[in-house]
Amino acid sequence: MISDDLADVFQEELRELLDSLDRGLLDLRMTPDDPGLIDQVFRDLHTIKGNGAMFGFAELSAFVHGFETAFERIRSGAAQATPEVIRLALRARDEIPALLQGQQDDAGTRQSLLVDLSAALAGAQAGSAVLTEATAAAAPYMPSAPQQGPQSLRFSLDGPAFDLGVRPELLLAELQELGATRFTAETQDIPPLEQLDPSVCHILWRCDLPAGITAAAIEDVFMFAEAQWTLTPHESLADQPQVPATPEPATKTEAAGTQPDTPTPQASAPRALSKAKPTEPKATAAATVRVPAERLDALMDAVGELVIVEARLAELALQAQDPALLTTAEQITRLANGLRDATMTLRMVPLRSLVGRFRRLVSELADTLGKPVNFVVQGEDTELDKTLIEKLADPLVHLLRNALDHGIEPQTVRRAAQKPEASSVTLSAAHEGTEVVVRISDDGKGIDSDQIRSRAIAMGLIAPETDLSRSETLALIFAPGFSTASQVTELSGRGVGMDVVKRTIDGLRGRLEVSSELGQGTTISLHMPLTLAIIDGLLVEVAGERYVLPMAVVQQIVELPAENAIPDAAADFLEVRGQFVPFLRLRTAFDCQGDPPASQNVVIVAAAGGRVGIVVDWVIGTHQIVIKQMSKLHEAVRSISGATILGDGKVALILDAQQLIALSRTRADTAAAARGAAA
Amino acid sequence: MTDTQTVSQTALSPASAPVPPPARAQTMVTFSIGPQRLAIPATALLEVMDPLPVTRVPGAGRLVPAVLNVRGSVVPLVDLGAALGLVRRGDPRNHRFIVVEVDLDGDLSTVVIHADAVHDVTTLNPQAILKATAAMSPWPAGFLLGLYNTDTGFVLLPNLVQIFSAPPPAPNKLTKEGPAT
Repeated sequence: MISDDLADVFQEELRELLDSLDRGLLDLRMTPDDPGLIDQVFRDLHTIKGNGAMFGFAELSAFVHGFETAFERIRSGAAQATPEVIRLALRARDEIPALLQGQQDDAGTRQSLLVDLSAALAGAQAGSAVLTEATAAAAPYMPSAPQQGPQSLRFSLDGPAFDLGVRPELLLAELQELGATRFTAETQDIPPLEQLDPSVCHILWRCDLPAGITAAAIEDVFMFAEAQWTLTPHESLADQPQVPATPEPATKTEAAGTQPDTPTPQASAPRALSKAKPTEPKATAAATVRVPAERLDALMDAVGELVIVEARLAELALQAQDPALLTTAEQITRLANGLRDATMTLRMVPLRSLVGRFRRLVSELADTLGKPVNFVVQGEDTELDKTLIEKLADPLVHLLRNALDHGIEPQTVRRAAQKPEASSVTLSAAHEGTEVVVRISDDGKGIDSDQIRSRAIAMGLIAPETDLSRSETLALIFAPGFSTASQVTELSGRGVGMDVVKRTIDGLRGRLEVSSELGQGTTISLHMPLTLAIIDGLLVEVAGERYVLPMAVVQQIVELPAENAIPDAAADFLEVRGQFVPFLRLRTAFDCQGDPPASQNVVIVAAAGGRVGIVVDWVIGTHQIVIKQMSKLHEAVRSISGATILGDGKVALILDAQQLIALSRTRADTAAAARGAAA
Repeated sequence: MTDTQTVSQTALSPASAPVPPPARAQTMVTFSIGPQRLAIPATALLEVMDPLPVTRVPGAGRLVPAVLNVRGSVVPLVDLGAALGLVRRGDPRNHRFIVVEVDLDGDLSTVVIHADAVHDVTTLNPQAILKATAAMSPWPAGFLLGLYNTDTGFVLLPNLVQIFSAPPPAPNKLTKEGPAT
């Protein structure tokens, strides 16, 4: 029986294979003649079939075999990957998850899909012929009537079998389990030693099989080996020269271990076979290890603890002034940093892992809506923290749907507007400063801000007299329940999508920006913090409380001029290198008690599209800090983005400069308004 | 053991659902805040410890005013007194931090309750629990699962889930009008 662990690995691999298959098929639609793509699709199908059979999904395996057989015509050049073929192939691919769950195909859709697929591949005239061929080819997998009487099997291994990890002795052992007897190895094809290619197996094997062994059983044996084999009734071989019954030892020229009668423990066979699997995946896949996400999290937690203890150790060593201890502490610091960096990179996942499913989504939406779309992805290699990737999937789906359904005009409208008929939708990702920015742009009709405004007034979201800037008006599309779609389509228009996007991005402490030109298109940008688990931080102190500013936003530290010591909203500006920099006082912002020290420092940070100073009592220094999430109970406190544990075991809060400035502005505005009202 | 856990989960489930009477006796931890005794199911309890240094969270309000380091995690400190209008008193040397696990929006989260004193662990017969009605309690609706009587007076059963999901009792200070300058 297959253990749950293995089954999980299979499921996970299958998901990746399906993604890869999607990608391959969609790319193939663009470039139908690319042999590399055709091979890739074929390889994916083949691996799915093989893995499925190994894990006991016979129906899945049979279905994919039919699929593969149909596709073989493309690979052999006998047919073209027309859009219709791709469409059917994608539908066939969609049956695979259902097959995996063991769902019955009562309506016979699967079989008719395969028939349609082979018909589409063969073209109109030859359709019926191929149909039978495809059904016949699928036959070995179906429980067919067993052969009467004893049979003979001949087989040889194709290609660089030994390079691909095929182990003939295991194949022979499996045949033996099926009841095969009288193995013979024909070695006349083995070239002289100087011409021998050690990766090729030159031996041709024969054996006798008892009655009742089906071709399917043989196919199972050769699942992971590229082999030529023929199964014939015994008598048809009778006129051929009989070879000695005892197997000829093949050890002279070949690697040891090819003797068929080497008893192989039954249990080790599937394991060894799965090792032989590298016949399929590309070389890059061999060097990766699959690790459950929880273990990665546990490792990250442990490294986080280590960094905290390391900071404590460094502090103690400094106090003790013992040179030996200092040296050791420094070494530990270095090691901990290395370990930290290595662990961090483990958590980073390229956006590519997410994009696969979007290609498919966009392609299908484009078909459903009858709007041809060029879907362009930029920055697929941009790496994001894995938790971020997981949470981004849903918002991006909503945004893409919206872009296609609402953003892109129908073809007739586009033609009238003299736009290219095929619209373009771009998904791009990039690191910008301390943020990851993911943008979705379309070249559709854009957002009509007047329409948004009147709709928002009609829905009671804003009062008719409210004065809003253009970007504020556009941002209304993210309000809960907002929808301008006059009719609810299958895809969107229920006014829930954007709300979900906003909530998710808010949850990630990110922000959304909309820009749109009427008639030109819309771009929605998702700005998210790089939620890295460990960052370099600047530790500052205000009224005895310590806070951390991420070093990534810190630009400069200056002393607060004496004339600015007294808070005065009208004069809270500094001149730094010829530029005026506004600043806020953390003491005021955080309602701290007591008087500030005689000399204060200003930390100048890059935020809100410019530079802003933050006045603190003093700067303690830079520290590596492990970011700990704040509890849900503190979600409302926007100016704090997280917390960290300092060397002395106390908690310091991490400031979100952007939010802090926004909140201070709101407060300053309210105060000014109050003053104005009072005056 | 399993039974007790089931009971405690029922006790801490969102208060919007009617509270079914627990089928069996459950073990409770009693503590005081100000003059009032309170009790929470022992199954929610992780540990009781002496007060640790805490870090104020500016603008967080009075219910969850601070965070602290509990075995390497940053955990919010809850002042149930702020929610229930109890004034803290007693010898600070008796103060204890009660570390409990609460279901917040489906996530099991650790929080620390600041208690003026921790008393004992008792077994509570579900029949002894009286329903808290809006008329008899000075506390916001839903903040109590119920209460029961003992020799030393009434003991409240706070509904932690409901208390934490209620809007903060004090407005966010950062959105308040700033001090006059």
